[in-house]
Amino acid sequence: MKLGRVSQQGIVFAIFLAMFAGFAFFLHGFATTANMLALLQNVAVLGILGLGMAIVVIGRGVDLSLIATLAVPPGLVLQTVQDGSSLPLALTAALALAIVFGLVNGWLIAYAEVPALFTTLATGLFLAGLGQALLFKLDVVQWSSGLDGFEKLGQGVVLGIPMPIIVFALACVGIGLLLTRTRIGAYIYAIGDNPFGARTTGIPVRPTIVLQYVIAALIGCLAGLVMAASVNSMPTRIYNSTWIYDVILVVVLGGIGLSGGRGGVLNVVIGTLLIGTLLNGMTIMDMSYSAQNLIKGMVLLAAVIADSFLNPRNEETAQQGDI
Amino acid sequence: MKRVIARTVAAAACGLGLALAAGTALAQKGLDEPFQAQFKSALSGKTVAYIPVSMNFDLTEGWFAGVKKELEPYGMKVIVRDPNWSTNAGAQALTTLISEKPAAIIVHNPDVQTYARLMQRAEAEGIHIIQINMGSVYRSSAFVGANWIEIGERDTEAVVKACEGKSNKIAIMQGALSAAASAYTLKGVENVLAKHPQIKVVSSQAADWDAAKAKGIAQTVLKQHPDLCGIVGFWDGMDIGTAAAIKEAGLTGKVFLATSGGGERKGACELVKNGSFDLNLSYDVPTQAADMAGMIKWLLSAGVKAGSVKGSIYTTLVPITKENASVESTCWNLGDLKK
Repeated sequence: MKLGRVSQQGIVFAIFLAMFAGFAFFLHGFATTANMLALLQNVAVLGILGLGMAIVVIGRGVDLSLIATLAVPPGLVLQTVQDGSSLPLALTAALALAIVFGLVNGWLIAYAEVPALFTTLATGLFLAGLGQALLFKLDVVQWSSGLDGFEKLGQGVVLGIPMPIIVFALACVGIGLLLTRTRIGAYIYAIGDNPFGARTTGIPVRPTIVLQYVIAALIGCLAGLVMAASVNSMPTRIYNSTWIYDVILVVVLGGIGLSGGRGGVLNVVIGTLLIGTLLNGMTIMDMSYSAQNLIKGMVLLAAVIADSFLNPRNEETAQQGDI
Repeated sequence: MKRVIARTVAAAACGLGLALAAGTALAQKGLDEPFQAQFKSALSGKTVAYIPVSMNFDLTEGWFAGVKKELEPYGMKVIVRDPNWSTNAGAQALTTLISEKPAAIIVHNPDVQTYARLMQRAEAEGIHIIQINMGSVYRSSAFVGANWIEIGERDTEAVVKACEGKSNKIAIMQGALSAAASAYTLKGVENVLAKHPQIKVVSSQAADWDAAKAKGIAQTVLKQHPDLCGIVGFWDGMDIGTAAAIKEAGLTGKVFLATSGGGERKGACELVKNGSFDLNLSYDVPTQAADMAGMIKWLLSAGVKAGSVKGSIYTTLVPITKENASVESTCWNLGDLKK
């Protein structure tokens, strides 16, 4: 990226600022603390998922099974507690499931060298199917009294800030430190930038890739727990929704290129804020569903077109191609 | 001598009486009920196919369990084809079933159009079509299900009543725009609102049957209008999210939440009991299953030509409120229904 060029991150941030200022000026009740908290809370789960996706995308992969890890392990927690297990046992089982799932994903991608797109598409379907066929009785898993107290993760308030926002912030800090301050973070960037180069310089490429998918699965599971605690149930049918596109959108819109090696936590935050502001403003204006989709599409298109004007395709993108 | 004759006659009479009595006792055989054999043979060995929009949720699992329970003892086979939310897969399943010629097909429409022609074809081929809860533009032998307009009207009436003397501001939490159930319910809401011009709708949004989305919308709306007096929700599975937003805003009991659903215990009664919902109109799933089974029994035993009669059984709604939520029979649960 050359100096003097505005990055996609910059463009999106500018759109976000313009929109935020516009809403704050024209929309009564938008720029209040209460509404800001609601805005953040509404996109916190999306943001957490965005972090999981970011780790994988920076390492030049993609994880389409993220929604399955959001739905199935937390759904398992709700189901097993409903069936009489204790909460710690249920959580352990769910975490174990998420870790095993991440390991399988990572192994298939790193060692069996199946492309990440197909691997995670298939494993996501598998996990969702496993949940539907064997683990859950109904696709909306309801809260039960054994979980009382746990709903604080999604509904609690600390120092006036709702819990989901705090979890998102903590996850941002955690992933930020991992990416920028640890050797593993440096490995992930190196692998994303040039996997063959990374291998030649002696970076343990395969184990690092496996680790990325395990982290992504754990983050998906965390996001699911927050969501379940927040709505007092786990609608596992969410796997069939188009949520995964929103997650990819947050990541790509924020400026993490799908070709890997670029971007960081800040990009996810910016992408999340843009989507959050858009949704919140349109809800306050009580816009119709179709109008909301229209505007969402237009904002995205504007960001993508602006990016292609300001950052024309170069040698590198020509070689790798765009996704 | 006379006495002897008299005694003999008397004894003979007694004996005759006894013999007669014994004779009638022997003759008291069962009377053949002339219709049941025909009923049994009309049902036995026949197949009923079932195409829900997807298995694995309370309504569709409940209908399946209920219909099986009613029809299997008569030697009927109840099979299910699960399209798992795919309209395409559902249409294919229906097409395949037509060539397999079951006696009846229970169809749960994803929308009002897609299956219409296929159902018409099925009835032309002599297969009875029972539509459940979501009707199509094609009216088949029977429609069993909730009257969505009535649900919209009764939920809104309850909210309007709860708003008396308050801000009169309400919100509407719709389902998915493409779903007929959501659009019909909205019509019911509009019918009532037309009679109450004092009510102001501050938000009417579609949450796609998604609890998380409903929560997000409700949160934003409640922040803008903390004096909101009621919300009309379109499905209890989604309105868990709406209820969570009300609870988080500390407005439980102040914002009246009316919704509807299949009346499953955990999803309906327990949430009314803990104050999440103030009113949940239930289209009691076991009753609907029994109605469908009843319809099938009648159509097959009467030997009616498929498509020659068309009728509806609109489900009588059970309003679940604090008063009856604790009563065992108000709600049902799948485990018990499967037993």
